[in-house]
Amino acid sequence: MQLTGAQALLESLHREGVEIIFGYPGGVVLPLYDAMFADKRVKHILVRHEQGAAHAADGYARATGKVGVCLATSGPGATNLTTGIANAYMDSIPMIAITGQVATSLLGRDSFQEADVTGITMPIAKHSYLIKKVEDLPRIMKEAFHIARSGRPGPVVVDIPKDIFVNKLEYKYPDQVDIPSYKPRTEGHPKQIALAIKAIQAAKKPIIYAGGGVISADASSELKELAEKCNLPVTTTLMGIGAFPETHELSLGMLGMHGTAYANYAVTECDLLIGIGARFDDRVTGHIAKFAPNAKIIHLDIDPAEIGKNVRVDIPIVGDVKKVLQALLAKIGPKEKHAPWVDQITEWKKKYPLAYKQAETIKPQYVIEQAHELAKERDTIIVTEVGQNQMWAAMFYQFTKPRSWISSGGLGTMGFGLPAANGAQFGRPDALVIDFAGDGSIQMNIQELTTAVNNRLPIKIFVLNNCFLGMVRQWQELIYDRHYSHTNLCNNPDLVKIAEAYGAVGMRVSKPAEVRSAIEKAFAINDRPVLVDFVVAKEENVFPFVPPGQAINEMIID
Amino acid sequence: MKHTISVIVENKPGVLSRVSGLFSRRGFNIESLAVGTTEDPSLSRMTIVVAGDEADLEQITKQLYKLIDTLKVFDLPADKSVQSELVLVKVAANEKSRVEITQIAEIFRAKIVDVAETSMTLELTGEESKVEGAIKLLTKFGVKELVRTGRIALQRGSAE
Repeated sequence: MQLTGAQALLESLHREGVEIIFGYPGGVVLPLYDAMFADKRVKHILVRHEQGAAHAADGYARATGKVGVCLATSGPGATNLTTGIANAYMDSIPMIAITGQVATSLLGRDSFQEADVTGITMPIAKHSYLIKKVEDLPRIMKEAFHIARSGRPGPVVVDIPKDIFVNKLEYKYPDQVDIPSYKPRTEGHPKQIALAIKAIQAAKKPIIYAGGGVISADASSELKELAEKCNLPVTTTLMGIGAFPETHELSLGMLGMHGTAYANYAVTECDLLIGIGARFDDRVTGHIAKFAPNAKIIHLDIDPAEIGKNVRVDIPIVGDVKKVLQALLAKIGPKEKHAPWVDQITEWKKKYPLAYKQAETIKPQYVIEQAHELAKERDTIIVTEVGQNQMWAAMFYQFTKPRSWISSGGLGTMGFGLPAANGAQFGRPDALVIDFAGDGSIQMNIQELTTAVNNRLPIKIFVLNNCFLGMVRQWQELIYDRHYSHTNLCNNPDLVKIAEAYGAVGMRVSKPAEVRSAIEKAFAINDRPVLVDFVVAKEENVFPFVPPGQAINEMIID
Repeated sequence: MKHTISVIVENKPGVLSRVSGLFSRRGFNIESLAVGTTEDPSLSRMTIVVAGDEADLEQITKQLYKLIDTLKVFDLPADKSVQSELVLVKVAANEKSRVEITQIAEIFRAKIVDVAETSMTLELTGEESKVEGAIKLLTKFGVKELVRTGRIALQRGSAE
C-alpha cells in the first residue's frame, strides 16, 4: 500500500505492538502529528517536557517489560530527550527514541532547530539510525525494535528528517530481521555451565549477587529455584531489587555503598561469588581490589563485554540469564546447607539489622515502612527519584516481586521518578504506583504533574522533605567537614500549593502519628495524583554507608 | 605493548565515528587507523594499532563487537600476519643531494614519485622499522612534508 513516511511510521509502531507513545510536538514532526490526527491506534500521551517523555517511556518499559517509545522534535526537543536516553542506556532498558530532524536538503547547514542527534547520542544509545530514504523506514523500524529488545536491551534512536515523513513509499513491513553483524549469544556454553556447577558444589561459603539482568531476562523464578535447591544466600544490586523476595530467609537485601552490613560482610567473606546479570559497578564493589578477595567468581551475563571489565572472573558464562539458569538447574544436584556459613550470616543479620531511631520528627525510613505496611497486599510499584529517598526506599521497603521497583540506577538521574511513575501507571493501570521523592528531585520534572492530572493517573508522590539536597548534604557532613555548600533547599516553594495548582491533591504531614492516616487517605484517591509533603528529620543520614574508595566491609553503620 | 587489530564493519556512514568514538570514550589511544573497503564492497576493514596489555585488548575487542555494525574483530600478531605501511615523504633536494637521496631510495626500494628543483618526493612501503629507518636517513636533507597511511595488515595464509 502507498503510505507517507509519517503513516508508515505509525503503521510500523502498530505492527510492533506499541500501544502508547510519549511525546511533544514541534516544527519538523508536524507531518507526523498530522498523521496521528487520523490514525489513533497508537495512543499518544502529551507530556510537558521531552525529558518527561523519555523517562515515562522508560518507566513504562520497566513496569511492563515491553519497549517504551518516546518522540520529540528536532534540535532542543531531541537534546531534551538525551538525559532520558542515557538513563535507559545505563540501566539496559528497551526503548525507541524517535526524533524529528530538519529536511535532508537542510542537513549539515546549521538550519533552524538542527542538532546532530545521531552524533550526540552515539555514546549513550545502543544504536542509532538517521533515515535518509523513505523506502528504508520499515526495515529500520523493524531493526530498531529488534535491537532495543534483544540481547542486552537498550535505547535505539531513530532520527527522521521532515521530508521523509512527507515522502511516499510502497509500504511493506518485513517479517524478519537480518542483521549479519548483530547476533547476540543466548545459550550458555555447556562446558562453562559444568564448571559453574562444580564450583557451586565445592563452595563452602557461596553467595549469589543478582542484578537487573535477572529482571530483564524474566528469570526470577529460576533464580529462586537455584537459591533454594543449593541453599545459596542472595544479595541484589539496586537494579536487581525485586529479582529475589526480600522476605525470603536466604535474602540478604542489597549490597554495596548503601547495602546491608550482612550482605557486605558476606560478600567480603565468601569463597564463591555467583554474579548473575550484574556488572560489578563501583557503587557495588567499593575498593575493587578488596572486593570479595577470597572468592572464586562466576559471572553470568548476556553481554560478553561485561565479563572481566571490572573484576577478574574465574568462570565466565555468556548467555541469556534465564536460559543459562534453566540449563544449570537441569544438571545441578541439591546442596546441603553449610551450617557454619549460614550461622555466620544469621549472626550478622542479628547483630547489624537495618535500623533507625524514632524521634519527635518524622523519620523518612518510617514513612517508607508505613507505606510498605499499607501497600504490601496490593500490586504495588515503587518508583523513586535519586538520592537519600531512593536509598531509604531500597532499604526499608520489602520487595517481593520483579518489576515492582523502578529507579534510576546507573545514571542516577534526579527528576526521573515522577515521569517514570506516570509511565509505569500507564503500563499497569491497576497497580498502586508510589513515587518516593526528595524535595530536590521532585522539582526537576514537576511539570509532569500536568501529564498525570490530565490523564487522571492516581500516582502517589511521597516527598520526604528534609529541606536539603539530602545525599549531597550527607557527604558534606561526613566527608567535607559539614560545609553545607549550596545544599540548603529551605527556600523551596510550597509543594502542597504546587500540587493543588496543577489540579492534584496536596497534603502536608509533620507528625509521626499522622503518617499512617495520610498514606491511607492518599491510597483512597483514585482519580488524580496525590502529593504528600512529609516534613521529615532534616539531617538524617543513610546508613550503612561505605565511604567512596573504601572496601565494602569498611562501612559506617550508624 | 602495541596490538594490530583488524575490524570488519558494515560499509555505512557513521561507522568510523562509532569506532573512533568508542576508543576515546573507553580511554584507549589509537596510534594509527587505516580504513578502506574489502573484497566485498559492502564491508570495510579498519586496521587499528593500539597500545595496551592483554586485558585492554580483550576489552577493546569485546566493546568493538558490541557495536551493531561490527562483523568481526581479530588481533594480528606480527608473527602471524603481513604488515605494511605506505609513506610519502617530500625532502629538500638540490643538484648535490639528489644523487644521495636517490641512492637511499634504491636501498630502501622506495619509488621516486616526484622531482622538483628544490625537492624530491619518495614513496616508501614496508614494515614500520624499514620505513622509520629510511625517514631517519632522509632527515638530514630536511623533510618538508610527510604523510603515513598507518599500518595495514592481513593474516598470513599459513595462520588461517
